[in-house]
Amino acid sequence: MNAIAALSLADLPAAAAAPARLEGAVKRYGAVTALDGIDLEVRRGELLALLGPNGAGKTTAISLLLGLAWPTRGRAEIFGRAPRDIAARRRTGAMLQGAQLGGHARVEEMIALYSGYYPDPLPLTETLRLAGLEDAAKRPVAKLSGGQQQRLRFALAICGDPELLFLDEPTAGMDVEARRILWAAVRGLKQQGRSIVLTTHYLEEADALADRIVVIHHGRVIADGSPADIKRTVAQRRIRCVTSLNEGQIVNLPGVTRIERSGDRTDIVAAHPEAVLREMLRLDPELHDLEVTGARLEEAFLSLTQDSSAKEGA
Amino acid sequence: MNTAANAITTSRWTWRDTLGVYLREAEYQFRTVLRTPGFALPTLLFPTMFYVFFGLVFGKPGDDQIATFMLATYGTFGIMAPALFGFGVGVAMERERGILAMKRVAPMPPMAYLFAKAAMAMLFALVIVLLLFVLGAVFGGVALPRSEWWLLVIALVFGTLPFSALGLVVGVHVNGQASTAIVNLIYLPMSFLAGLWVPLQFLPRWLQGFAAALPAYHLSQLALGIIHADARGPVAAHLAYLVIFTAVCLALAVRGWRRIQDR
Repeated sequence: MNAIAALSLADLPAAAAAPARLEGAVKRYGAVTALDGIDLEVRRGELLALLGPNGAGKTTAISLLLGLAWPTRGRAEIFGRAPRDIAARRRTGAMLQGAQLGGHARVEEMIALYSGYYPDPLPLTETLRLAGLEDAAKRPVAKLSGGQQQRLRFALAICGDPELLFLDEPTAGMDVEARRILWAAVRGLKQQGRSIVLTTHYLEEADALADRIVVIHHGRVIADGSPADIKRTVAQRRIRCVTSLNEGQIVNLPGVTRIERSGDRTDIVAAHPEAVLREMLRLDPELHDLEVTGARLEEAFLSLTQDSSAKEGA
Repeated sequence: MNTAANAITTSRWTWRDTLGVYLREAEYQFRTVLRTPGFALPTLLFPTMFYVFFGLVFGKPGDDQIATFMLATYGTFGIMAPALFGFGVGVAMERERGILAMKRVAPMPPMAYLFAKAAMAMLFALVIVLLLFVLGAVFGGVALPRSEWWLLVIALVFGTLPFSALGLVVGVHVNGQASTAIVNLIYLPMSFLAGLWVPLQFLPRWLQGFAAALPAYHLSQLALGIIHADARGPVAAHLAYLVIFTAVCLALAVRGWRRIQDR
């Protein structure tokens, strides 16, 4: 009730708007289509993971939301405003991929500078602690190790105590310990009700942190669900063998989502490879050159897109 | 409940906060540049060294005319460097390293970035001009009315602006590695052709014609006019040239900036 009383009328529309939203966003770079019509809404207080292979369009999606690039078609909004709007950005923090922090500033000076851009920044010591940089506060930025640079990028993203936080591949290049610290800090921010968008190509990371996972592939959203939903889809195996069975016989086996033939080889993607194999070996004792591997993320989701298009067709 | 309340309280921001961002950005810029010996040392040493060699030692001892004349021309030469290199190399490097993208994503007003770099160039210009003044007055016998000292300081400190704008054009268009070479290719020939090293009348006639096209020439003529040395052309024309030159550079920089903004 207190919170509602604290709202002034002018604040209402902004308060009601989603922290971040893409609407039919298309982004082309010349002939390359990086985003092919994406709808995405980040809900207040959720940790959303954008999952997908390299080049899927995750970073482009974030760039549109940060105002680093403009959609060719469609819209990008932060708190109901244009991403370049400075008032909207004062509520946003971002950790970009690949910025090389150098120069002759010290860690604490750089954090202080970025903190000063925000109306209610975290105390310096708190930012240093969350990022695990207490021991490096006085070091020149140029002398930091790769992992420490990554932590500093995280520190600069959170120093303004933003309501909305973008983390683009935050743990790339981090060792296990650094990753653990960052995950803990991200969980802490989530518990305080921050909205967080994280991109990653590790399912493990998305699973460990996210409330919701959106899978992007070739610039499109191909799955959107809880980590449990997504894991079920991804936990598929690829069976590769030479068999005399035809597609009609295989497709009816339990849990088979995809069949591909090239030459005499047959590739099968299935949720329960044991059951499929047991049945196949019974039907075709001559089956040979058998290989079972984890389906790559892309393959797992290819079957998913085929499922959805099959449903639409039906 | 708490988080919803927090979400609303963050919107207060006054012009004082914005002013604070500008000043901190400038201070940070200045502090880090001072720690960059590759920038600070040559920027301060080259003009003073040149002035000592050519203005004080080379001229006949006691000839305060040369020392006075060259105070204006080497002053111009000196103040160009922090502006051209600060913007030309600084922006190109920070753009390439992704620092600019980080600053654009952080809620920094873009003008604060330009302000900080321009202020840094002006502060360096001030230090350079004061160094030359002391050398000229103590060793060159340069004596000027107080009003002329002041006017010369103002002209040379604000004279960094056209070169900052020119540096910005370079910084926006050129990559970090090439930027130092490109800036030197602009800086050194321009200084020579504008008559900053050797007075124009000692250059071959066909080379003298280039001067009128160069901002360094017009700024140095303004400076020479202030101290009643051998200046050419009306003050208004030089001023007008510098203003238009700055505006054209800014327009080019904005156009280049738009192009790289959408990455």
